[in-house]
Amino acid sequence: MKIIVCVKQVPDTNEVKIDPVKGTLIRDGVPSILNPDDKNALEEALKLKDQQEDIHVTVITMGPPQADEMLRECLAMGADEAILLSDRAFAGADTWATSNTLAAAVRKIGAYDIIFAGRQAIDGDTAQVGPQLAERLGIPQVSYVQNFQVQGDNIQVQRALEDGYEVIQVKTPVLLTAIKELNHPRYMSIGGIYDAFRSKEVKVWTSLDIQVNKDEVGLEASPTQVKRSFTPEPKGKGIMLKGTTKEMVEQLVINLKQKHVI
Amino acid sequence: MQFQLTREQEMVRKMLKDFTDNEVKPLAAEIDETERFPMETVEKMNRYGMMGMIVPKEYGGAGADEISYAITVEELSRACGTTGVICSAHNSLACWPILKYGTEEQKKKYLMPLAKGEKIGAFGLTEPNAGTDAAGQQTIAVLDGEEWVLNGTKIFITNGGAADTYVIFAMTDRSKGVKGISAFILEKGTPGFSIGKKEKKMGIRGSATTELIFENCRIPKENLLGSIGKGFGIAMATLDGGRIGIAAQALGIAQGALDETIKYIQQREQFGKPIGKFQALQFDVADMETKVNAARWMVYNAAWRKSAGLSYGKEAAMAKLFAAETAMAVTTKAVQLHGGYGYTQDYPVERMMRDAKITEIYEGTSEVQRMVISAAVIK
Amino acid sequence: MAIFILEDKCIGCKLCLKSCPFDAIKMVGKKAVINDKCVACGACLEACKFEAIIREESEKSKKDLAQYKNVWVFAEQRQGKIMPVAIELLGEGRKLADEIGVKLCAVLLGNKVEGLAKELTQYGADTVYLAEHGLLETYTTDGYTKVISDMIEELKPEIVLMGATHIGRDLAPRVAARVDTGLTADCTKLEIDAEDKKLLQTRPAFGGNIMATIICQNHRPQMATVRPGVMDKAKKVESGSGEIVAFPAVLEKEHIRTEVLEIVKADKQQVALEEAEVIVSGGRGLGKAEGFEILKKLASKLGGVVGASRATVDAGWIDHDHQVGQTGKTVKPRIYIACGISGAIQHIAGMQSSDVIIAINKNPGAPIFQVADYGIVGDLYDVVPALIEALDRVDDIMSALKEVAATE
Repeated sequence: MKIIVCVKQVPDTNEVKIDPVKGTLIRDGVPSILNPDDKNALEEALKLKDQQEDIHVTVITMGPPQADEMLRECLAMGADEAILLSDRAFAGADTWATSNTLAAAVRKIGAYDIIFAGRQAIDGDTAQVGPQLAERLGIPQVSYVQNFQVQGDNIQVQRALEDGYEVIQVKTPVLLTAIKELNHPRYMSIGGIYDAFRSKEVKVWTSLDIQVNKDEVGLEASPTQVKRSFTPEPKGKGIMLKGTTKEMVEQLVINLKQKHVI
Repeated sequence: MQFQLTREQEMVRKMLKDFTDNEVKPLAAEIDETERFPMETVEKMNRYGMMGMIVPKEYGGAGADEISYAITVEELSRACGTTGVICSAHNSLACWPILKYGTEEQKKKYLMPLAKGEKIGAFGLTEPNAGTDAAGQQTIAVLDGEEWVLNGTKIFITNGGAADTYVIFAMTDRSKGVKGISAFILEKGTPGFSIGKKEKKMGIRGSATTELIFENCRIPKENLLGSIGKGFGIAMATLDGGRIGIAAQALGIAQGALDETIKYIQQREQFGKPIGKFQALQFDVADMETKVNAARWMVYNAAWRKSAGLSYGKEAAMAKLFAAETAMAVTTKAVQLHGGYGYTQDYPVERMMRDAKITEIYEGTSEVQRMVISAAVIK
Repeated sequence: MAIFILEDKCIGCKLCLKSCPFDAIKMVGKKAVINDKCVACGACLEACKFEAIIREESEKSKKDLAQYKNVWVFAEQRQGKIMPVAIELLGEGRKLADEIGVKLCAVLLGNKVEGLAKELTQYGADTVYLAEHGLLETYTTDGYTKVISDMIEELKPEIVLMGATHIGRDLAPRVAARVDTGLTADCTKLEIDAEDKKLLQTRPAFGGNIMATIICQNHRPQMATVRPGVMDKAKKVESGSGEIVAFPAVLEKEHIRTEVLEIVKADKQQVALEEAEVIVSGGRGLGKAEGFEILKKLASKLGGVVGASRATVDAGWIDHDHQVGQTGKTVKPRIYIACGISGAIQHIAGMQSSDVIIAINKNPGAPIFQVADYGIVGDLYDVVPALIEALDRVDDIMSALKEVAATE
């Protein structure tokens, strides 16, 4: 069985801080990490590899050359092979263009049974690339997967809903997007780290390798564009609420509602 | 000259940081409080290849270099000195001598399970009357037919009781002094071998430190490690390497205390501002940072020399001496900068200070390190 | 639309380096250079004081955009009930449609859901496109994608909004890819550009650390998913005058490749403290173990969990697993409500990164108020029940507020 896992290198947005005076992003010292949901996606593939013979796990990402680091981490966790789609032409892609690029790469990889992806990346939080990749490849998808079982080409998953879950049956090939409830990702292993640099390989593919025109990928091909970006208004100093208990709690609820906190 | 870790070493650090923060740190206070050996952590360390990491792949290890190993012990110790020494004793004191001096059969039988993390290792040299003067061994081994018969007692044995495989030293010929000491491999459960008293310690309280008692303990003849009479050399060479592990442990404890201090002085406010804004404290932190950095490069230098096949005895001794004294100084200062809170168990620096002390004592006291260093330079 | 640096204007001041959220600008020699990490967010445009950074607009149009009209709202229903977010979208959609001067349409898929169509007109839909089919009884990605994509291709809406629910976020990207247009996820604000009537879609990115306004220049429809709970609900008017138009769903069993075997309702799992979105914590001010009961009630009202200060754990009122602070857990919820907690440094160390901190304490001098966004001085046994009650009637409070604002 061949499994492809889509991963992304992201800045650890938990470590990002806002300069309280200037209201700008403090980026210094923010590490780049393997996107958390993608780690769950990889873990599920590796779990399957632990249980069954003849499972080959390929991780694929689109990103700058520095993403090599994250792919080595995936190899150190136990993936067999890694592919880095890196080309100046891919840069600035929205989800439409990203899924187009990934689809071209998956076609080049050839036959596969399952594509795992994380539900969403913590830098963009769109949750769109997985479904759009499935659409471009013409395969079914199940997103928000919290439980996974496979028997031959039959797959049964639980898809999380806000108030419960659906049990869904689907046949391979299929694309599944993982959420953190799916599993507990393993760490890299010491031996795995050495393998990742010494006996495994990160293949780098450019637009030529995956045979896409430059106007089908990257910023050029993206239907959406960022018109403006700005930092949200800083929190400001705290407010001591005044009045009777009823007035105070009402003011609180109004404030929370207006700021979309509740 | 390059002061840069390889990508593998950087990744080992990243992995260990992640592992330590999530698996080791949450248990540190509890195992200290209850003096409990953290078997569940050891099982996880096994799974991820930390136990036996320096052993080559053909014997089931990870084939890691000595700097990666030092980083591993350092990172574990940053959160928990106990976990650091469990790893260090297993790798440096049990795996290494068997790898270095063992026969092919011994490696297959004893090293592989240690390297794969199926078994835990320990090292037994110290006796009630043979501490720094290791040559004063009272434990004796007598060959009786196809078996060695051991009698005697070892004390202060790290991983004692928890370990399955022990490298033990005993006199095989008292008349020859240090040249009459030999090394043996012993397994838990061998008749006549029992675990004695467990020490109640000031620090590294989760680490098992016990007596080992041999009463007519019979082991097969082939469990002799190295040649007869070469035990003292094996012990000294093993401790040379072990010191890198302990130096790394001390380094980690110091770094952990420094990290906690930097966090604390930015949170804690007195006189209307964070105490970290006071220059007196800033200078203290500068001194702590400087010492920790110096210790780090000494540890990595010794580890690098060992991996590169260069002599490393003096460098390991210097690294251990300096890192241990740094750990003691930095943790003491960390408690001071935490004020009254630092003296309570609310903050980890109190435990770190207790853990730091042992690094000046075991695997050669600071005085022994000074003997080793001076002997190497005054010829 | 790419970002470029005009080399002759760049003086090497590095202001743009600091402004870039993506680490995409580096100094090469004495000039700033943009690298592969650039996503053209434009943050540097504003930072540059020398007009040395420009955005190049690309001019290409694949479709005849003028054919696309009307604002559509996907009226997500589950088991015959319209999801609240659909009503919110109708409220927001109304504003957008009025501003452009087009109709507001709801799209309703299901099996035997005509009754809901009527309801949608009462919430202000001018037209309800109703697609009914046995295979649309429960949501499937394939079934819904096909029918909605067919509708879009035939009827050509200008804007399509869906709720960013687990279903909306499964469906919208698939539809957008099929009809070949852009999609903006999880928007918290929508506006119409006064100049060109395009939809300005604003959403948080980078873990909420920055906001980005997205446009979809040359593709139609302009599609967005909208975060539930953010937009104001449409008002129900009994005499809804909209029309209901049946749309024939062309759907075969083979089109649907997933089979929903079962839908299980389950209470949200009790999440761990570190992962909770909302934490209601109690301190010594509770006075007794039973005090946690009222906090539990508030927590479950907000979908959160209960935390505790060390004092209450030491007193044996609650299990150590609940402890927040130096010797407990470090938490970072969206809302942290500290009830009867004075705010010792050990406690604050564990919760100060929370997004919104609400402190309730009798003592106005309690240090917890120093880190609080909202402080209420009072007895928690009065304040917490009052707060629960206020949350129960939040919609009334908000509409009362609007009426006051309207009359002023």
